[in-house]
Amino acid sequence: MNHHRSTWKHLPLPLLIFLLGSWLAWAQSVKTPQAGTKATAQHATVVTNPGERAFQANCGRCHNPPEQLSPRITGTVLRHMRVRALLSPQDEHDILKYLAP
Amino acid sequence: MRSIISAQLKQTWFSRFTLGFRVTGCLLLLSAPLSSAQNVPIVSGALGFFDSTNTGVNFFQPVAAPVVVAPLGRHFLAESRFDLRGFYEPKNGTSGPIQGSFFRSTQYLQLDYLASEKITLVAGRFLTPFGTYNERLTAIWIPKFQDAPLIFPIGTRTTGSSNGVMARGVLLARPLFHIDYIGYFSASSSVPQFQAGRAAGDRIDVYFPGKRVEIGTSYGRFLQGTHNNSTGVHFWWQPYRFPLEVRSEYAHGQHAEGYWIETAYRLSQWKGPDSLFGRLEPVFRMQQTFRNSPGPGDGLPAANTQQADFGLDYHFPHEVRLNTSYSRKFSSTGNANIWDVSLTYRFLFPMWRGHQ
Repeated sequence: MNHHRSTWKHLPLPLLIFLLGSWLAWAQSVKTPQAGTKATAQHATVVTNPGERAFQANCGRCHNPPEQLSPRITGTVLRHMRVRALLSPQDEHDILKYLAP
Repeated sequence: MRSIISAQLKQTWFSRFTLGFRVTGCLLLLSAPLSSAQNVPIVSGALGFFDSTNTGVNFFQPVAAPVVVAPLGRHFLAESRFDLRGFYEPKNGTSGPIQGSFFRSTQYLQLDYLASEKITLVAGRFLTPFGTYNERLTAIWIPKFQDAPLIFPIGTRTTGSSNGVMARGVLLARPLFHIDYIGYFSASSSVPQFQAGRAAGDRIDVYFPGKRVEIGTSYGRFLQGTHNNSTGVHFWWQPYRFPLEVRSEYAHGQHAEGYWIETAYRLSQWKGPDSLFGRLEPVFRMQQTFRNSPGPGDGLPAANTQQADFGLDYHFPHEVRLNTSYSRKFSSTGNANIWDVSLTYRFLFPMWRGHQ
């Protein structure tokens, strides 16, 4: 019982840090209109292009996307990611068309 | 007689050591005639140099982590990752001549069969899919911090890899949400390079692509020796509007439980991700473990532990990254300062030219 109490006692600190970090990030995005406009513009593009939307939603969640990707290996990389990152077949197809049209 | 036994042992060791490479080589040869224009096998991975000072003891590790991926026809994929590293430290802990040892491990060597839109069957050696850290963040070019979270051993015993079969896929893919699943069974093995525990488990994730939010739960049952359960939940959030990444996990094991929460904020909103400051990424991680009962050999801290990690990463051009961090650990067994510096270079290229 005491153990569980101590667990909950320590939770507010990381939660506070998480909320503070999120608020700071949000505040900065509001204060920088150029970056914000760019992000919004990117988001607008995402909506119109299913491949780019799937790319932004899935790629780079674990690691930075590679700087260069040879067209010869896009199929291999995407099949690798379909297994490892649990991409849906539709997302795999859309991203493949987006990266190597 | 002794020399014959010694020769046989050496031969056995050599056979085991080369087994993984031979299997990979065979799969690559098989894949050659099956490769289409975009499906040339790849060699990827990273080279790294890690330096760490933990409570005054300094050690460093040069690491190579090659990844080989080869599609075989339309439905099969062979993939593997190896970890080759040296471990060097002063002979007497903080002084004396440097002595080192060499470690190698096969982290995964698996054959995937893409059976249908909803199911992929995997056989071979694979990363144990408990939580998110082991499967997604253990490749040396990915994590923001050099050290794994304190709760990493929960659910990933004995080596983080499993030998057996796994089914995984996307159960439901809607524009608003995805439901992913993984189920696996692993057999026990004490063969060097392929050590694993007998275990079974599953993971279920719900991902909201519109918000880039993921929540999930993991379960593992260790079926070797004293059977026990491990459970875990995770939460990831990477908003579109700003380059913030939030990752967190909670895990409960037989003798201990704990959590970690990590936030990374790349300063790419200052003149873009390729600017001098835009390549900087401050990182913070908070983690705690709580010991319920003594669990010798479970890899977790012996007493309740709190640790705060402060990191500053720099993303150089050409896939080179510098990670630096300072950690302060508080525990009744002794407080500690941990300083880490690591440099990694990630590579990715086709195995041969292939067709244009």
